[in-house]
Amino acid sequence: MAALIHISNITRRYGDLCALDDVSFELQPGEVLGFLGPNGAGKSTAMQIICGTLSPTSGQVIINGADLQSDPITAKGHIGYLPETPPLYPDMRVDEYLTFCARLRKIARSQVALSVEKTKQRCGLAQVGSRVIANLSKGYKQRVGIAQAIIHNPRVIVLDEPTSGLDPNQIQEIRDLIKTLSQECGILISTHIMSEVRAICDRVLILHQGRLVYTGPVTTVKDSALLITLGQESKWDYLAQLPGVSHVEPIDQQRFRLTLSGSTSAADIAQAIVAHGDKLYELRPDQGNLEQIFSQLTLGETNP
Amino acid sequence: MIRNLSARELKSLFLSPMAWSLLGVVTIILAWLFLVQIESYLKIQPNLVARASELGVTDLIISPLFDSSAMVLLLITPLLSMRLLSEEFRTGTIQLLLSSPLSTQQIVLGKYLALIGMLFFVLLVTALMPLSLLFGASIDSGRLAASLLGLALLLASYGAIGLYLSSLTEQPAVAAVSTYGVLLFLWIINLANNSGLFDWLSLASHYRPFLNGTVSTGDTSYFLLIIVACLLMTIHQLEQRRGRG
Repeated sequence: MAALIHISNITRRYGDLCALDDVSFELQPGEVLGFLGPNGAGKSTAMQIICGTLSPTSGQVIINGADLQSDPITAKGHIGYLPETPPLYPDMRVDEYLTFCARLRKIARSQVALSVEKTKQRCGLAQVGSRVIANLSKGYKQRVGIAQAIIHNPRVIVLDEPTSGLDPNQIQEIRDLIKTLSQECGILISTHIMSEVRAICDRVLILHQGRLVYTGPVTTVKDSALLITLGQESKWDYLAQLPGVSHVEPIDQQRFRLTLSGSTSAADIAQAIVAHGDKLYELRPDQGNLEQIFSQLTLGETNP
Repeated sequence: MIRNLSARELKSLFLSPMAWSLLGVVTIILAWLFLVQIESYLKIQPNLVARASELGVTDLIISPLFDSSAMVLLLITPLLSMRLLSEEFRTGTIQLLLSSPLSTQQIVLGKYLALIGMLFFVLLVTALMPLSLLFGASIDSGRLAASLLGLALLLASYGAIGLYLSSLTEQPAVAAVSTYGVLLFLWIINLANNSGLFDWLSLASHYRPFLNGTVSTGDTSYFLLIIVACLLMTIHQLEQRRGRG
């Protein structure tokens, strides 16, 4: 299958500042791609370029087979974009606004009302249809922003920090929504929340100072490593002797990273520790990989 | 598509108290000027009759009214045009338009037509005053039509200039102030001396012939030139902006 977004050698300069330097990547259908990077790494710039609101200094963007430079109207028809600040007209009502957006995205006249209804259902906006956008809470505004991006069932959805400013319940709703959407299209999402990337993304790109420094699948989580916390007075030297443990790395007095071998599961280890008569306070899979990669790549070197 | 954009723009203009207060103020001021003209006409009417003068209501009431309308509307157009694009830049809603399958021309035309719609509504209100004279006097309808055409072209030019200046800044107030500057300057530029160029550049010297009932190709094309040039520059500016970020 052809890539939904195909970006080759995008460079973008603001005067002397190079915001993006020779960035290339692809987004496949059904994939949720996470865009990570410290603030100012060029995430938003890259997203603006993909959505055609900013032109690259050089390079090519192809959206679902249409070149954004030479055939912008077709290319933009495939995109739904939520910028960092949702592009809302505060004096409009939610229904009016979504109808306006539906028409902007060239939905057939007879389908407009239907799409608005469907999108409101999806984004949990059914109750606020007749409210003026200016009076909505931040969470609802963000949802209206997402609604305008998906109203025309685009193949490519680009969301710039979609969960910022939402409460935990709303974040969960948005994540569920993103998962549902990803079955039909490709989603590019930027964030600096690691747990979010783990929760929803299939693949991750890390940008640092305008350069693409890492791309790889999110699920590099090793099932074979565990983080455990034991009681204070525990002696930990027995851990290495437990069956299936190949390596023990103490983090501090109570916490240890265990590397497991073969088909040993977390349950076996828990049982073994308890059977040994020790107190097990916490046991979880070691997911530290992404954080490690991120901080290594973005803190390790600093340009003058 | 253009209609969708214009409709939204007009709706938001009329939802805000801005449009209504401007319309109210303009109507009151023009009505006052109109009454003053009628009163002074009634005062000198016996004189005119005695001297068998050729001057009638069209010369003494309608032309002065249109002359002052041009000035009063110069004062309100920048307030209507200032937010058109600058507000979109400031709040980021321009991103919605730029990422939608629209051409820049459609965005600019949509905005412009909304403004024209609003200004022509003002024009309609203005036109009702001279038309009300039909109840008691005979007016030169050809000349009235020419005056209306002149005012329409003038307003369309005001609007185009305002739209262009609104595309240059993110501050609506800056857009308004610069529009006032350009419009007033273009209005008074022929006061300097009688040089042909300044006279040609002046809005006033192209508008006044319409009030006398002269519709000339030269004057009409002057206004059309301003409108087209400003719209093209706005489109260019919007595309430049995308490149600049």
